[in-house]
Amino acid sequence: MKKFINNVDDFLKESLNGFGKAHRDIIKVNFEPNFISRKTKTKEGKVSLISGGGSGHEPMHGGFVGHGMLDAACPGFVFSAPTPDQMQAAAEHVDSGAGVLFIVKNYSGDIMNFQMGAEMYSGKNDSIITNDDVAVEDSTFTTGRRGVAATVLVEKIVGSLAENGGSLEECKKLGEKVNTNSGTMGVAFTSCTVPAAGKPTFDIGNDEMEFGVGIHGEPGRKREKIQPSKTIVNNMLEAILDDLKPQKNEKTLLFVNGMGGTPLTELYLVYDDACEMLKSKGIEISRSLVGNYCTSLEMQGASITLLKCDEEILKNWDSPVHTAAMRWGM
Amino acid sequence: MSVNFLISQAKNIQIVIDENAAEIEALDQNIGDGDHIFNVQRGLKLVVELEDDIKNLPLQKGLNMIAMKVLSGIGGSSGALFGTFFMSMAKTPDLDKNIDFKKACEMVITGINAMKERGKADVGEKTMMDVLIPVSEKLNELKSGNRDMKEGLSEITQIAEERMLATKNMLATKGRASFLGERAKGHIDPGARSSQLIIDTICKSLINK
Repeated sequence: MKKFINNVDDFLKESLNGFGKAHRDIIKVNFEPNFISRKTKTKEGKVSLISGGGSGHEPMHGGFVGHGMLDAACPGFVFSAPTPDQMQAAAEHVDSGAGVLFIVKNYSGDIMNFQMGAEMYSGKNDSIITNDDVAVEDSTFTTGRRGVAATVLVEKIVGSLAENGGSLEECKKLGEKVNTNSGTMGVAFTSCTVPAAGKPTFDIGNDEMEFGVGIHGEPGRKREKIQPSKTIVNNMLEAILDDLKPQKNEKTLLFVNGMGGTPLTELYLVYDDACEMLKSKGIEISRSLVGNYCTSLEMQGASITLLKCDEEILKNWDSPVHTAAMRWGM
Repeated sequence: MSVNFLISQAKNIQIVIDENAAEIEALDQNIGDGDHIFNVQRGLKLVVELEDDIKNLPLQKGLNMIAMKVLSGIGGSSGALFGTFFMSMAKTPDLDKNIDFKKACEMVITGINAMKERGKADVGEKTMMDVLIPVSEKLNELKSGNRDMKEGLSEITQIAEERMLATKNMLATKGRASFLGERAKGHIDPGARSSQLIIDTICKSLINK
């Protein structure tokens, strides 16, 4: 394992320390229990948004704390859900009385820990669960689909509504709308190495890719030989379009997300291929996002997320945001 | 059962889990994401380190402190589930009287029921509950009968092993492995394996007492 590490046990703490110092104009890192909060107090009457999950997906979620997005983020150990006391402490710290909306990715550990945190918090709160990954089957009898990159879009769009006075109910409703209207598909060329494990999570041949990979290196739909970008992107988009079934000329947001180890040059190439494919289907790309936002440590690969947009979604996407990882309009 | 009993069991379990860590990690990497073993090891370390703080406490207080430590120190599904286990065990009435075998069975049954509720998983879903629920059912049978305790405990180790092995051919419907569909088949569930090792260690230490 080649990583910047002093001591595996201090990995998360030292990284959070650095994050806090680098972005001290926007956020504050609180320890024991660990949570990242905005530097400023929540405005009275503003609903607070709290997300969190295992670390290793940076900049998600800490990088999205700030004006127009989250009020707090609770980082767990690498790829392990955070603990209920973190969510409780974060909620107590940020809630201004208008209530707390927890944004949770659909994994058993996250669901259970957030649920316990919500039970331990005495203030008004509600939760939304993201499950945009079309790679895995949804069913009422299973854990269902995974929550992946569309969580970034939910946090931005709901964050805007909360900033502009949306109630807890309205925020939840919009978050669910964004989640329902988005679909994500991921592909990995290499594995990732969890620091505590010290070796790659899975083995993959030099000429292979994992189609439908999860953001923890979980296997997806199938293992295949690597193909030209156009073919890979077409297959990814086919899976998404099958699920989302957008109308002709429907407005969409196209989000090409890097898994951590793929350079931006390649991500823009993927974006180009995706534009061409969507154009051929008559789908309008109204907004775009390209970069490493929901990563899987140093994994090489990318995910594509498509979000069907109405006016409410577009308006809240465009509104100002100022966080460590996303900033425009201010 | 006493706080000292819990600590000494945690120490025994720590040794067994460490010996089998590579196997559990490999199982998790086949169908999960590889964090389970580290969570279990971190939890055991935290409980063992609590020794000086809790060794003189009454059982209920000790269990509550273990619960909070596990809940806040592990994370992932294991943290929530094992935390829930200790927290509900601590709620058993009359804990500070002498704990006989029947009472100990009741405590464990209460704990496992609470885990089932929290994880919303039942038998047949390829999780640790595939081992824990049948064990709880057997404890329920044992606590009311007049069976020889050691014989009963030996049956429990057998049930735990059978049920752990049975997860191999299951399709997962809960947890990370559920995302895999058919691809999860052919692999033992890592949570079922770690739970079985824990149960096996406790039962064998009681049998050999």
